[in-house]
Amino acid sequence: MRQSEFRALKLKALWQGLIGRDGGAANRIVPPTGFTAHLTLFSAGAMAFLAVFALALALATERLADRWASELSQSVTVRVSGQQQEQEALTQSVLDILQTTPGAGQPRLLDQDEVAALLTPWFGPDMPIDALPVPDLIELPIAGDDFDAEGLRLRLEGEVPGAVLDDHTEWRRPLVSAANRLQALGVISLLLITAASAAMITLAAKAALAANGQVIQVLRLIGARDITIAIAFVRRFTHRAAIGAAAGTVLGMAAIALLPDMQAAGGFLTGLGFSGWSWLLPLLVPLVAAVVGFLATRWAALKMLESVR
Amino acid sequence: MIEMQDVSFGYRPGSELLSGMTMSLQPGMFHFLTGPSGSGKTTLLRLCYADLLPSGGKLSVFGQDVAGLSRDGIAMLRRRVGVVHQDTQFLDHLPVAENVALPLSVSGQPADIEAMRDLLGWVQLSQHARAFPPSLSGGERQRAALARAVILSPDVVLADEPTGNLDWDMSMRLMQLLVELNKTGKAVLVATHDLNLIRAVKAQVSARVLRIAGGGLQLAGAEL
Repeated sequence: MRQSEFRALKLKALWQGLIGRDGGAANRIVPPTGFTAHLTLFSAGAMAFLAVFALALALATERLADRWASELSQSVTVRVSGQQQEQEALTQSVLDILQTTPGAGQPRLLDQDEVAALLTPWFGPDMPIDALPVPDLIELPIAGDDFDAEGLRLRLEGEVPGAVLDDHTEWRRPLVSAANRLQALGVISLLLITAASAAMITLAAKAALAANGQVIQVLRLIGARDITIAIAFVRRFTHRAAIGAAAGTVLGMAAIALLPDMQAAGGFLTGLGFSGWSWLLPLLVPLVAAVVGFLATRWAALKMLESVR
Repeated sequence: MIEMQDVSFGYRPGSELLSGMTMSLQPGMFHFLTGPSGSGKTTLLRLCYADLLPSGGKLSVFGQDVAGLSRDGIAMLRRRVGVVHQDTQFLDHLPVAENVALPLSVSGQPADIEAMRDLLGWVQLSQHARAFPPSLSGGERQRAALARAVILSPDVVLADEPTGNLDWDMSMRLMQLLVELNKTGKAVLVATHDLNLIRAVKAQVSARVLRIAGGGLQLAGAEL
């Protein structure tokens, strides 16, 4: 057997055999294989179901990373600390500086209630905030691209000792990093699911081909070309992979759609889902499953035909 | 059609089962191939339809050196060589008619219902067209195998101990079909160790008897 001869099993020829209308003869020469048929359908369906969730996870974490990155980068906070008698003057100085800072929006001094709300998680609702040396907090929206956080920080240090600029970088970086890692996990899960699907379909195809060794021998003896035999098996397993994956995808999408509304609970997990055009993405899963089934069965058929002259 | 020139073959390197095989099978010829069990009759037939490759010498079928055939080339060769095995193999999930028509299916040719009916009638299997192979008797299986072997109208029919499991009457019935084929111009090569069968057929058709002995091929003597 020359390996180069198997190049005759060209993808184009297999594809034509796969989509050709005259599948009757090709379908009938392969005996019905109940076990491997059910195995392929089930595994393709289960993997597609999991793939839909992995896809939803990847998309949700992408949205989360974008949201955290954009929300926290749209404003900075200036904290002003000083002696009680000079606090007001320092804060006013900072407000004056901020109002003349290029790219900065209108600064806003947080009132006592807002500051109390921020501290409540640490001190509880009954703590008398007035009695504490709480710094003034100024929220500054970023209005233009020419805003220079580092320049502003240096200017505040120089002109108003006790004023500290916080551009949220310390908070933002680990959050965005965590979200990006979750997204990478989602993508890795998708790749693992694809690889596991390929392995299972290949095993099922190999089992079917091995069980049909005599059929393949008979077909070769009566003059069947390799491509004819390969099409018969590839066609069957590709269709099964696609049908199983389509069912799994529909179930997965339905399960995602039935998750609690993200606005209702507000947590990250409830944000797991699709929105807008991203609902179309899961429809790629059966297509990918069919391609995986196609390539896996072609490989298994090549291996089997190597042993038959 | 089939030309062997000093062909040799061994299943293990250095141990030749067949050697110095020289033979020519031309259109309209009827050859018997005989010899004791294990002498290499089946091996010689397998060489003829490129299931095995010679380890020495030159074997050409329809003018093509089998050693140089691609896998597709082998498939094309087998469409011109009908083979009937002793252990006839069918696709048990298909009815007899579909098994017989299988060479048409795999070569992409449409099945002519009328021709199929005639063919099944010729091998006397009309009433079994819808039966499945496991339900057939030995003789019926052999006749179905013969019908499958000739459905593509091959130039050569090779039969490997086709009557091995059959009683005398059934054996003669099958051989009669092969004789009829031969009379239409097909070359026929039958491997058998049944000398009585050879004698009975030789009474009806001019047949050559080749004997494999000691790894070589000889023309059988006058006793046949």
